[in-house]
Amino acid sequence: MKKIREWLWSEPETHLLSEMSLMENIIYGINGPVVTVKEARSFSMMEMVYVGNERLVGEVIGITDKFTTIQVYEETTGLTLGEPIYGTGSPMNVTLGPGIMSNIFDGIARPLKEIAQESGTFIARGSAAASLDQEKVWDVTVLVKEGDELVSGDVYAEVPETESVMHKCMFSPKIGKATVTKVYPNGKYKVNDTVVEVKDANGKTHELSLCQRWPIRAARPVTKRVSSTIPLITGQRIQDTLFPITKGGTACIPGAFGSGKTMTQHQLAKWCDADIIIYVGCGERGNEMTQVLEEFGELIDPRTGRLLTDRTVLIANTSNMPVAAREASIYTGITLAEYYRDMGYHVAMMADSTSRWAEALREISGRLEEMPAEEGFPAYLPSRLAEFYERAGYVHNLNGTEGSISIIGAISPAGGDFSEPVTQNTMRFTRCFWALDKSLAYARHFPAIDWLASYTEYFNDLEDWYNENLGEEYAVYRSTVNNLLQEENKLMEIVKLVGADVLPDDQKLVIEIARVIRVGYLQQNAFHPDDTYVPIEKQRDMMKIIVHLYNKSSQLVAASVPLDGLLQTGLYERVIKMKYEIPNKDIEKYVADYIDDIDKTVASIVSA
Amino acid sequence: MILDYIGVKEINGSLIVIDDVEDAFFEETVDIRLDDGSFRQGRIVQMDGKRIVVQVFEGTREISLDNTRTRLRGRPMEMPLSPEILGRVFNGAGDPIDGLGAIFPDKRVNINGSPINPVSRVYPKNYIHTGISSIDTLMTLIRGQKLPIFSGSGMKHNELAVQIARQASITDKDGNNNFAIVFAAMGVKNDVAEYFRRSFDESGVLQNVVMFLNLANDPIIERTLTPRCALSAAEYLAFERDMHVLVIMTDMTAYAEALREFSSSKGEIPGRKGYPGYLYSDLASLYERAGMVHGKSGTVTQLPILTMPNDDVTHPVPDLTGYITEGQISLDRSLDANGIYPPVGILPSLSRLMKDGIGAEFTRDDHKSLSDQLFASYAKCQDARSLASVIGEEELSKKDKRYLEFGRLFESKFITQGYNENRSIEQSLNLGWELLATLPRVELDRVPEDILDKYYIEKE
Repeated sequence: MKKIREWLWSEPETHLLSEMSLMENIIYGINGPVVTVKEARSFSMMEMVYVGNERLVGEVIGITDKFTTIQVYEETTGLTLGEPIYGTGSPMNVTLGPGIMSNIFDGIARPLKEIAQESGTFIARGSAAASLDQEKVWDVTVLVKEGDELVSGDVYAEVPETESVMHKCMFSPKIGKATVTKVYPNGKYKVNDTVVEVKDANGKTHELSLCQRWPIRAARPVTKRVSSTIPLITGQRIQDTLFPITKGGTACIPGAFGSGKTMTQHQLAKWCDADIIIYVGCGERGNEMTQVLEEFGELIDPRTGRLLTDRTVLIANTSNMPVAAREASIYTGITLAEYYRDMGYHVAMMADSTSRWAEALREISGRLEEMPAEEGFPAYLPSRLAEFYERAGYVHNLNGTEGSISIIGAISPAGGDFSEPVTQNTMRFTRCFWALDKSLAYARHFPAIDWLASYTEYFNDLEDWYNENLGEEYAVYRSTVNNLLQEENKLMEIVKLVGADVLPDDQKLVIEIARVIRVGYLQQNAFHPDDTYVPIEKQRDMMKIIVHLYNKSSQLVAASVPLDGLLQTGLYERVIKMKYEIPNKDIEKYVADYIDDIDKTVASIVSA
Repeated sequence: MILDYIGVKEINGSLIVIDDVEDAFFEETVDIRLDDGSFRQGRIVQMDGKRIVVQVFEGTREISLDNTRTRLRGRPMEMPLSPEILGRVFNGAGDPIDGLGAIFPDKRVNINGSPINPVSRVYPKNYIHTGISSIDTLMTLIRGQKLPIFSGSGMKHNELAVQIARQASITDKDGNNNFAIVFAAMGVKNDVAEYFRRSFDESGVLQNVVMFLNLANDPIIERTLTPRCALSAAEYLAFERDMHVLVIMTDMTAYAEALREFSSSKGEIPGRKGYPGYLYSDLASLYERAGMVHGKSGTVTQLPILTMPNDDVTHPVPDLTGYITEGQISLDRSLDANGIYPPVGILPSLSRLMKDGIGAEFTRDDHKSLSDQLFASYAKCQDARSLASVIGEEELSKKDKRYLEFGRLFESKFITQGYNENRSIEQSLNLGWELLATLPRVELDRVPEDILDKYYIEKE
């Protein structure tokens, strides 16, 4: 208890409980993670509270004049009626400051590494570990001088947080406007040390340390949101080419179990060209988080040459951890994302899986005996989903920089049926839909993104970017590839009935070239050192080769040369394997070789 | 001060309500003594002021409003543990039923356990050799994994589970070969429990088995405790006694149904098919208790068995299980009907952890590409079969006919194996290459050229 007290006092900006509230508020009822207090008047909605002698973290979710309802973020086994409840006077907060990057937190931003040191292999309740390392010394450069005016969002100090992230300490939007009255010299400071003192408009002095606190359910303010015209390059061919997402965009990945949602999320987290990755494991497997921890610590970011962990934050609230904290984990994640966005970074947030988050809402709602809507989910599910996805976007920050948050949410629809409420509501608020298909996964076609059911609304926004950076032919290649796949789908209806042998050569060509696209282009091997991440220029050139193959073959077919002759040369198989043969760098020579091979092979057929 | 509370306020299903209770705590266990002298146990599941709701494990039959005396036990549901639990038989609530007396515990643990800190986990990589070609090659079992068997009534899941338990050997680098089996029967027939006991006995491992039996006619509330007791025992043996523990839990569908019954008697709002909305979290609190952790050489591997009602994989129990577990071994009704044992349905089966536990370091360099290719080729064979059922086998192209032949051989040689047949990993992999040899080389698009050069010999 003493330790908690000390910690509470040491936290900045936390109001403290009065001794009176200590006496007054006691547990009256318990039902799973929901605890009620009788006739309490001192609590406010969404206030963070400590429940019981073990100080379990909780949050006020309902108030009437008779009862206050609290959801508890930890196991409630062993709580006794009459145990005290302490208010903190402020909503659920996270501490934002250096030390977030490369770290792993639980759903309410407690550091799991420290908890492991404190309580061992299993997570004990009532841990009081502070989010950020209180003892670590940071190399601080102060960027303001005495007399400077600070407004919300202004950067007053810089800290190299990891090798690839410069952490910027920003003037909290909570204070407003102030004048710098004292500046400490550059040097080594701990996270709670004061580096700048300011006086606000009311003459009150604030000491600014390296960190600040922010309520997780409130979006951080920005100057304005703009529409984005830059793609988030993922290095995954099907996503980048057919269904691209912008920086600041939103996408969802629904899929039945075993269709590769998590694998797709991992690939995006590893290779997409965001500056910061926030990976929220929300109600998923513990081993998956361990895998991310171990793998990202060894992999190198192809753009910066630094370790992937240097730009990654993990929030792990696995499926067996308390359900209320699962509900909070999404908000914790997005708040961290906004904080780094405010520094001028492009942030990508992966949420795996939002269905588990929705189920947490349903479970809490059920305990509160609220009237359920569809499939037992509460009626406010769509508005909560909208609130979350709308925190994404490309923005102009208060301090004049530009930043973005892209959200990629996985969905685990019950029975793989996309008509269930979470998938349907998410589709309304996201603009990019990567549907995973079970039958593709069964045939080990990965990524198992169904090119017929998926869509993106961003392609038109990005067209200028493509024309400028990849040439105008890029859009042409893309639409050719897309059309061939659509046409193949139509032809497959016939093939299923009568077999492929009866088709005329021009249709047979579509089937064959679509096979090249499916196997050679859309299938991507996440375990191959080159194929796991493919630069966008190589994607363009691979499409160029395929389209060239198609055009040349069409000429043959138009000249009534039988297609079988060409197929027997093995040219198509060679093109299919080009993803392994063409390296990721200095590709011009290889591409020319393939074009040359196609021309020569076709010519040899014609002359024969 | 010990108080007996006389009588109850309300009885509903397996729940009783008692008023004016002092100093109770959430999930505390209680003893209920009936006037005829018999004892029952219960647990507090809800508290409102001084009014408590108690779940009675053995059911509320014969309880009236005033024939009971209830006493609070002052502790949550606990399982007494010591190394001597090996070879013992318990009921679903963790009490010994083999007539050998009580356990002298060196430890008591809360059966709900605590979540393993993801930071403390070790990502499982060591493969377990089961001697079954289809599993070893295509859905490799990894130590610390949770890999359920999706089955249906009448299929040979029990035989398969026993064969895996019997043949499972572990290639251990640190030389720890202590192994134990924890067997939890939930709502299964007496014959099934007896079959497992006899099989363990015949293979001489019975002294390394801990059995928890909640048979089909035992109280359903005990059934909701059975896997928790079993997993507490497994965690104790693994993380405190350094053993490799294989937990076989059967039947998870019966467990989920018990949970549904209990939930509806509490008056909770049902989710899909009447199962409670928290079924996912509840199943996860069981399945997530598998794994490996830093600093401990023991491991917990789970092999839950569930029968899918009407063979429907979208039923909530297999569906949610699939979302939590790391893959599944799915049994196939038509293979079973054709007399193929083990009837492992290849395409819907999967092991998520195998990618990191196979390859040159663990099994052989060609393992990954071979298994990808077998999956892909077998999927093509299925396409050819459905085409053949429309236009007739005669009309198929030459290529499709070769796929049909490949499929036949694959099922009769590769999937099929004897109940006592223990194939080494080399045998299984070589067998796979033998089958691929019936396909032309250009069809093998999942295998890199160097691996093909090394292992592939085409035959006509």
